[in-house]
Amino acid sequence: MPKKYSRPTATQIAERIKHIPDGIWRACPVCDAKFYFRRASSFNVCPECGYGFRLGAHDRAKMICDQFEEINGDLRTTQTYGQERYSQKIKQAEKNTHLGESVLTGIGKISQTKFALGIMDAHFIMGSLGSVTGEKITRLFEYATEHNLPVILFTASGGARMQEGIHSLMQMAKCSNAVKQHSNAGLLYITVLTDPTTGGVTASFAMQGDIILAEPHALIGFAGRRVIEQTIMQQPPADFQQAETLLQNGFVDAIVQRKDLKQTLHHLLKMHWEV
Amino acid sequence: MVKLSPFEIVKAARSTEKITTSDLIRNLVPDFFELHGDRGRLDDAAVIGGIGTLNGRPITIVGTQKGEDLAENINRHFGSAEPEGYRKILRLMKQAEKFHRPILALINTPGAYPDMNAEYHGQGSAIANCLLEEMQLQVPYLSIVIGEGGSGGALALACGNQVWMTEQSTYSVLSPEGYASIMWKDSSRVEEAAKALHLTPTELLNEQIIDRVIPEVRNAEDIHDLRKIIFAEFQKLEQLSATELVEQRYRRFRKY
Repeated sequence: MPKKYSRPTATQIAERIKHIPDGIWRACPVCDAKFYFRRASSFNVCPECGYGFRLGAHDRAKMICDQFEEINGDLRTTQTYGQERYSQKIKQAEKNTHLGESVLTGIGKISQTKFALGIMDAHFIMGSLGSVTGEKITRLFEYATEHNLPVILFTASGGARMQEGIHSLMQMAKCSNAVKQHSNAGLLYITVLTDPTTGGVTASFAMQGDIILAEPHALIGFAGRRVIEQTIMQQPPADFQQAETLLQNGFVDAIVQRKDLKQTLHHLLKMHWEV
Repeated sequence: MVKLSPFEIVKAARSTEKITTSDLIRNLVPDFFELHGDRGRLDDAAVIGGIGTLNGRPITIVGTQKGEDLAENINRHFGSAEPEGYRKILRLMKQAEKFHRPILALINTPGAYPDMNAEYHGQGSAIANCLLEEMQLQVPYLSIVIGEGGSGGALALACGNQVWMTEQSTYSVLSPEGYASIMWKDSSRVEEAAKALHLTPTELLNEQIIDRVIPEVRNAEDIHDLRKIIFAEFQKLEQLSATELVEQRYRRFRKY
């Protein structure tokens, strides 16, 4: 006869909990749905609302490209403005992301269609816009202009790199310059705004695409919610600065589910490109 | 002259004693004719723009304007422009280009206006368009920070062939208060932040962020001197062809 059920003791429960691996259940930061982790699928999205969780740049490259070759991968921030903590932060970020800076740049291919690709990574000092981030993006556009290639840029950024002060601000001007030269050559620039795209990145190259796409529910804005709350004393609603709101207000061309991105980008590239 | 500390310069840059953008413009070009509106939604009072003659030469002037009292400051958002303000700036700059007029941009702003409507109306997009188009303007373009030069909101007017600052002005990626709160979670460490930001004209000149430091404008004589150096700079820039001007601006900003 089966043993009669008896309530486990607190010690037994603690012991059992120890053996449950972490990350089995996940929560969506947008719709608050709780789900078994496998339901996020290989695209790493919320199964309920389609929100795309933050991706590493290398994972994104694999998701989008059939082939990808990095360029300017050895560029590193060397000038740390006399801040020991900043150089430690960079080292830590390099270790965590396997990136040299907050953007990965290179040449990608979907099927036979070739393009210049930049992917910002929010895991690298919040995807902030450092001098080397700006330099890599500028060089990507210069390369694309020289080789007659379209550019696709995935943005993810908390804004300026505070540690670099005014030099960070100057990157907005520098990158805009390179975008304009690329545009003048009649070449296509597509931006994909991912969660979060804010501050100086929004106020420059993120919003300069010929076509601006966004992932579902991505946070996109210039001023941070806290700044608005504290300086102007307004209480923004929940959907404030969400991709869907920007679409409605006319600042985004389309919202594309992550699983459809590769195909959508390929389609758009082909319509601008005779192979 | 007594050497001011970075934080003293911050205070001087924000001082209400300082000449306002509109007074400076009206003294510099007495025949100034103001042009309003972004041709889309509204006229942003934080931005003044128009045309006037400098030593007989028609030029376009745009600038951010703080108020002289509380009521005016509420109307002008303390010189913080909304997206419509940036669209007005760009409209007037493109107009200057069409009529081959040099552009003078005067900057005194804590930053772009951070409210909900500004976000709904595309603050990021409006500034991004300024940066994109201003880089390629085919006319001489001179930017002068005359008070606070705060963040992207200032940069939208600071894409000139030359960028100058007056002695008691600042130019930074964000305010010392914001910096202290983000870096140290302590907004009271403003003095320290002002130092860490390297926001004074002398430091920025050393770091080649700006090209020249000019005296503060306090009286008619200062105005006369300022008119002279601005005119001389435009004359120098007008020696360059349209392509050379764009090329010079490209190189100026490529080096960062």
